[in-house]
Amino acid sequence: MLADAWNYVLAHPAQFATAFYVHVALSGAALALAAALAIPAGIAAARTPRVALAAVGAANIGRTLPSLAVLALVMPLLGTGFAPSLFALTLLGLPPILLNTIAGLQGVDPDVVDAARGMGMAPRTVLTRVELPLAMPVMFAGLRTAAVQVISGAVLAAFIGGGGLGDFITAGIAMMAWPQILVGAIPVTLLALGTDFAFGRVQRRLTPAGLRAP
Amino acid sequence: MTWLARNWDQVAVALGQHIVIALTALVIALAIALPIGIAAARSARVYTVAIAVAGFLYTIPTLALLALLIPLAGLGRTNAIIAMVAFALVVLIRNIATGLREVPADVVDAARGMGMSARQLLWRIEMPLALPVIVAGARIAAVTIISVTVVAAYVNAGGLGTLIFNGIAGDHAPKIWSGALTACALAVAVDGAFAFAERRLRARSVG
Repeated sequence: MLADAWNYVLAHPAQFATAFYVHVALSGAALALAAALAIPAGIAAARTPRVALAAVGAANIGRTLPSLAVLALVMPLLGTGFAPSLFALTLLGLPPILLNTIAGLQGVDPDVVDAARGMGMAPRTVLTRVELPLAMPVMFAGLRTAAVQVISGAVLAAFIGGGGLGDFITAGIAMMAWPQILVGAIPVTLLALGTDFAFGRVQRRLTPAGLRAP
Repeated sequence: MTWLARNWDQVAVALGQHIVIALTALVIALAIALPIGIAAARSARVYTVAIAVAGFLYTIPTLALLALLIPLAGLGRTNAIIAMVAFALVVLIRNIATGLREVPADVVDAARGMGMSARQLLWRIEMPLALPVIVAGARIAAVTIISVTVVAAYVNAGGLGTLIFNGIAGDHAPKIWSGALTACALAVAVDGAFAFAERRLRARSVG
C-alpha cells in the first residue's frame, strides 16, 4: 500500500509538490500573521489587569470554537480559495499565542521587574531586556501549539478550496482510493510532528538553563 | 435565518447525534485514561511513555487520522469515536496523573495512619482531592472531541458537520451557518458548563 502511495507521488510529482508547498505556505503565513497580531496585542493587554482578563476570556472562547466551523463560517463571507483559508487559519492561530503571551508576561516575578526599574531601566528597556526574555519560553509554547493547530487546520482548508495536502485526503476518501489518502495523510502527519518537535527544541533552548527540566 | 426557522428539526437531529457521539467518545476516553493516569501518577517512567504516545496521537491532524483509520474501522461512527478517543487521551492522562500527584503527602500519610488500604486511599482520599484537576482535563477533552466530531461528518459519522458539508456541496450558505454556529455554540456551552463544575469543585475543596 505504501508502495502504491509512493508510485502515485512519482506519477504526479508536480501535483504533490504544489500541494505540499501550498500547505506549508498557507500554514506558515497564517502562523506569521497570527503571531504579528497576537504578540503585540498580548503585550499591550498584559499591562492592565482588566484588559488582560477580557483578552483571556475572549481567547478562551476563540480556542473552543471547532476549526472546521470557523473555516466554514468564513466561506459564505469571503468565498473559497487561498485568501479565505488564510484568514480563517489566522483566526485559529490567534488564541494560543495571545493566551501564552499574557500568561508569560504575567508570570514574570514582580521583584525582578522592580529590581530592573530600581537600576534605572526605562519601561521599554524593562520590557525588551527583562520581561520578554523571561516570558519567552511560555510565549514560544503558545506559538508551538498554534503551529500544530494551523497545520492541522490547513488540512481542512481543502474543504473551502484552500488547496494543500488535504486535497489528496478528501479526493481519496471520495473515491475510496487508499494510495491517495496516504499521499495526503502521511506527509501532513510528518509535517505536524516535525514542526512540533522542532518548535519543542527551540523552546528548550529559549528556556534559561536553570529553569530547564532535566 | 428563514432556512433555520423552517428546518430547525433537521438541525436538532444533527445536534442530538453530535452530542451522543461526543459523549460516547468522552466516556470511553475517560475509561481508558483513568487506569493509565493512575499508573502514571505512581511511576515517572509510565508517565513519560504514556504522554509520549498519547502526545504523538494528539499531534496527528484530525482529518489525516480519520482517513488513516478507514481500513481499520471503515466509514462511520466507530472510526470517528476511535479518532476522538485518541485525541482526548493526552490531556486526560496528564491531568489525572498531575491531579493525583498534587495531593498533599501529609493527607495521604494521615489516611494511611488511620489504617486505610491502598484502594480506600485512592477512591476516598486521592481521587476526590484530584477531581478539580481531572475535570479541568475533561473540559479540554470535551471541547476537542466536539471539534473532531464536526470533521467526522466527512467519514459519515453524522452530527452537525453533515449540515456544513451538505451546505458546502450545495453552495447553500444558510445550511453552513446553521451547522457551524450551532457547533460553536455547543462547544462554548460545554466549555462553560465544565468551567462552572471545575470552579464549584475547587471552592468545595478549599472550603
